[in-house]
Amino acid sequence: MTSPLEQKKIKIAGPSVVTANRTWDGIVVYRTAAKSWSADLSEAAIVRNSDEAKALLAESVADDVGAIGPYIAPVQVGADGKIEPGNLREQIRRTGVTIGQSAQA
Amino acid sequence: MYAYDEIDRTLVNERVSEFRDQVKRRLSGELTEDEFKILRLQNGVYLQLHAYMFRVAIPYGTLATDQLRALAHVARKYDRGYGHFTTRQNIQFNWIKLAELPDALEDLAKVGIHAMQTSGNNMRNVTSDQWAGVAPGEIEDPRIWSELIRQHTTLHPEFSFLPRKFKIAITASDHDRAAIKIHDIGLKLIKNEKGETGFEVLVGGGLGRTPFIGKTIKHFVHGRDILSYIEAILRVYNQYGRRDNIYKARIKILVHELGIEKFSREVEEEWQHIRNASLQIDDEVIEDIRSRFTYPAYEKLPHMPDELRQAAADADFEAWRKNSVAPHKVQGYSIVTISLKPIGKPPGDATAEQMDALADLADKYSFGEIRVGHEQNLALPHVAKRDLPALWKALDKLGLATPNVNLITDIIACPGLDYCSLANARSIPIAQELTRRFANHELANLIGRLHINISGCINACGHHHVGHIGILGVEKNGEEVYQITIGGRADEGAALGNLIGPGVKFDEVADVIEDVVEAYLALRERPEELFIDTVKRLGVEPFKERVYATR
Ligand code: HEM
Ligand code: SF4
Repeated sequence: MTSPLEQKKIKIAGPSVVTANRTWDGIVVYRTAAKSWSADLSEAAIVRNSDEAKALLAESVADDVGAIGPYIAPVQVGADGKIEPGNLREQIRRTGVTIGQSAQA
Repeated sequence: MYAYDEIDRTLVNERVSEFRDQVKRRLSGELTEDEFKILRLQNGVYLQLHAYMFRVAIPYGTLATDQLRALAHVARKYDRGYGHFTTRQNIQFNWIKLAELPDALEDLAKVGIHAMQTSGNNMRNVTSDQWAGVAPGEIEDPRIWSELIRQHTTLHPEFSFLPRKFKIAITASDHDRAAIKIHDIGLKLIKNEKGETGFEVLVGGGLGRTPFIGKTIKHFVHGRDILSYIEAILRVYNQYGRRDNIYKARIKILVHELGIEKFSREVEEEWQHIRNASLQIDDEVIEDIRSRFTYPAYEKLPHMPDELRQAAADADFEAWRKNSVAPHKVQGYSIVTISLKPIGKPPGDATAEQMDALADLADKYSFGEIRVGHEQNLALPHVAKRDLPALWKALDKLGLATPNVNLITDIIACPGLDYCSLANARSIPIAQELTRRFANHELANLIGRLHINISGCINACGHHHVGHIGILGVEKNGEEVYQITIGGRADEGAALGNLIGPGVKFDEVADVIEDVVEAYLALRERPEELFIDTVKRLGVEPFKERVYATR
């Protein structure tokens, strides 16, 4: 997964969201249509073309106190409207590490 | 142990209150992330995939038990109950909240621990042999010099705004456990014909995108001149180093582009200007630092106590002793390596409970001292041999007696795509699967010394270039693909590994490594011929054939 943190040109291939890490605690969050952040991917605003993506990203970047390092990430939207992460990196960001964490093991 | 002086304590405490104020201003929006980023990095705070990551320095890998307990406390109170020991004598916490970081820093400052020199384009934590001061045959304790350099470079302007990060490692033994040849500057303590202490100085080593093995720039620099000599290197670097291109900014690139001869001439010239000025180190300064390193009041003990003789009948104890216990400079004592590589678990992780319990054991059996090595294991540096059986039992209960030190399951792995925002592929699950494949101790023992190193991207934090077997995760069309190299090593014979062929998929990595190992077992001339020696003798070809013939 090439790190998306240095996205220069904004070009999206399919449905996408804006994701970032919440400033005060660092957890993974998604930009919502209500111009705020949610830890729940199902509440993310979906963008489907580059202009929408650009606008959503610009608005997210402006909310620097809320969350840091926003970028556009691909998602898959099922027939039922269910949103799933579009690649392994985002899958891991959503569900956590793929390994047993030491303290729980 | 080392006792910090008042200056250090004041500095550390000031840093905490500064950072508390900075975090407050960040959370209120007074500081933007752009403004804040450099400040947080100066305090070891990164952003990873899931959360902030907090990197704490363990200078030259020496920890007192109250310090280890403080790390356990941070893991428990501010994180998820564990920490990750890295290849550079640091520990990382993966889930810390920014809002709580000042408290965590403050709790650590109480025991003299801080996060300075753990990130940013400055002089990083000066690392050293984890057996410093106890290894037999050492010239002298290399930490004295690590500390000297640490004091001189912390916050020093010449070292704080470098073109890129800068790493120094020091060893004082012929067998290099500090991997000095893959550091920007590697220092090897030696004595000249007159019996004076000084250094062989290496420069330009490093891993990452463009790996290089360090080259000797000067065969002997007198101890009293080491600061001026390092400063001369840094000045040449500051003058020519590429600030325009992050991939070319490390000193290794400069040394490579100028050539070691020209580079050393430049350094020599610079050095002649400054060597007799204020940087010459007075004997008292060194004596003062030397006197701050204290050593235990060792007892006079037999070489072979009864306890050890009796325990030798226990095959499990012997298996552990043979690879975890090393000779000590004082008769009757040993150095004990604590494997943080249990089968099926992430390499280098320790839970808060393990850290606390280990601190208790260190108080009981190792004069209150713990060491951290670059292989992501810990060590107890002063264990009386008569205590080994009791210590082993206690470690075993804690899951800290896996008898695999230096064996194939003693894997170095970076956090990879499970944690790291720069990653291309996962590394920890690869390590976990490999430890399961080679879980059988007889098999691992039959294979003998074999280091597998895994990185999740080209930055090479997992030292893959210098693994006997190196595994590098890359990405191809959205999929994790792993490139496998063999023949690397990180010790005094440091070398970069060679690629055996096209990359393989996540699910195939463990099979391929099994093939490589089987090929080695079939090809070695005798059981004592190590993997690395067989590769040296035969090259990559026979291994490549074995792996790709059927794929
Ligand atoms: C958030 C996590 C991390 C980030 C962002 C990170 C970043 C980097 C980067 C960018 C480089 C390449 C530097 C260069 O070539 O100029 C690097 C190298 C390195 N890092 Fe990390 N790293 C992380 C975690 C770790 C961990 C966990 C370890 C130890 C296990 C580690 C130890 C090293 C080492 C030993 C090198 C290569 C030696 C060299 O400097 O040439 N890093 N890291
Ligand atoms: S090697 Fe890459 S993936 Fe691994 S920790 Fe370093 S930057 Fe992250």
